Amino acid sequence: MKTRALLVAAALVAFTGSAALAESIQHGNLTIKDAWTRATPPKAKGGGAFVTITNNGNEDARLTGAVSNYAKRTEIHEMAVNDGVMKMRKLDEGVVIPAGETLELKPGSYHVMFMGLNQPFKMGEELNVTLEFEKAGPVDVTFPVMKMGAKSGKMHH
Amino acid sequence: MNVAKTIRYGAWAAVAVLVAAVSAVTVMKFVQEDVPQAATVQIGGPFELVDGKGQVFTDKNLNGKPTLMFFGFTYCPDVCPTTLSDMQGWIENLGPKADDLNFVFVSVDPERDTPDVIADYVAAFDTRVVPLTGSVDQVKKVVKDYRVYARKVPLDDGDYTMDHTAAVYMLNGDLDFVGTISYQEPEETALPKIRKLLGS
Repeated sequence: MKTRALLVAAALVAFTGSAALAESIQHGNLTIKDAWTRATPPKAKGGGAFVTITNNGNEDARLTGAVSNYAKRTEIHEMAVNDGVMKMRKLDEGVVIPAGETLELKPGSYHVMFMGLNQPFKMGEELNVTLEFEKAGPVDVTFPVMKMGAKSGKMHH
Repeated sequence: MNVAKTIRYGAWAAVAVLVAAVSAVTVMKFVQEDVPQAATVQIGGPFELVDGKGQVFTDKNLNGKPTLMFFGFTYCPDVCPTTLSDMQGWIENLGPKADDLNFVFVSVDPERDTPDVIADYVAAFDTRVVPLTGSVDQVKKVVKDYRVYARKVPLDDGDYTMDHTAAVYMLNGDLDFVGTISYQEPEETALPKIRKLLGS
């Protein structure tokens, strides 16, 4: 009985853990997975979204942009903290994903940037964002909204 | 004196030496870590800003308690929400002791972060964090006095982002700068620093 309860609990944990992450998408030679974003505070005008892209092909790929209806502008940005200073820049040329390599858009690094949010992102919602690639073309990706200030797309800490 | 007693005395003596050595090293480390940068560079000082209700808020409102101060802006997609989330975690972890500290979020982007904007933003994480903004000149003065790096960087269409210091400042009750907690610093090192700040 106890064992069964434990198994059910474990299954639930496993289920909620994985359910938080959108399924991986095959787009040409690209595998797109672990997309997520964060809930934003009221009146916040900026938001970032994150995703992992693996290039399984023999040629370099390039993420050139992103499109959504959630903000005045949706862009690919890079941010970095150097010597204690945070700097963020729009990447006009996008980001290259070398052949056989994985690009992680993640906190403290590359991200999809929403500038001028129309309304806050709420935890539990999902965003639909089109990612644009140089050769593979556009693909729609679902970004589940995690809690405010979340550090990853996984439910558990 | 029998042999057993000699060994026992010897063992206790060894323990005493060890304890003395460990304490000496600990104290030295403590002293080293505590060498305040404020002794050579003046960081901090009195300020006058505006809180989330639009009312004047000065260093006097910190009531002589130690303060954790972060400089950010609400367009910030990453460092600011995660740091506020960290602060919220520290507050929870400290329990009632959190009342002996001030937690302050100062906007480096007063043009967009009006009192109501920054108030809502910060309150979404924890209402114990004080949202502060001010006139462009008021913020400029704090940024200068606190040696904060803050620079407006234009984006397309007249928009802009802010490059800014990402660390949380630790100030003692006399408003002396005693150190920082860096961006993404794990709780395991951040919390002991905060406890030490509380004890100072």
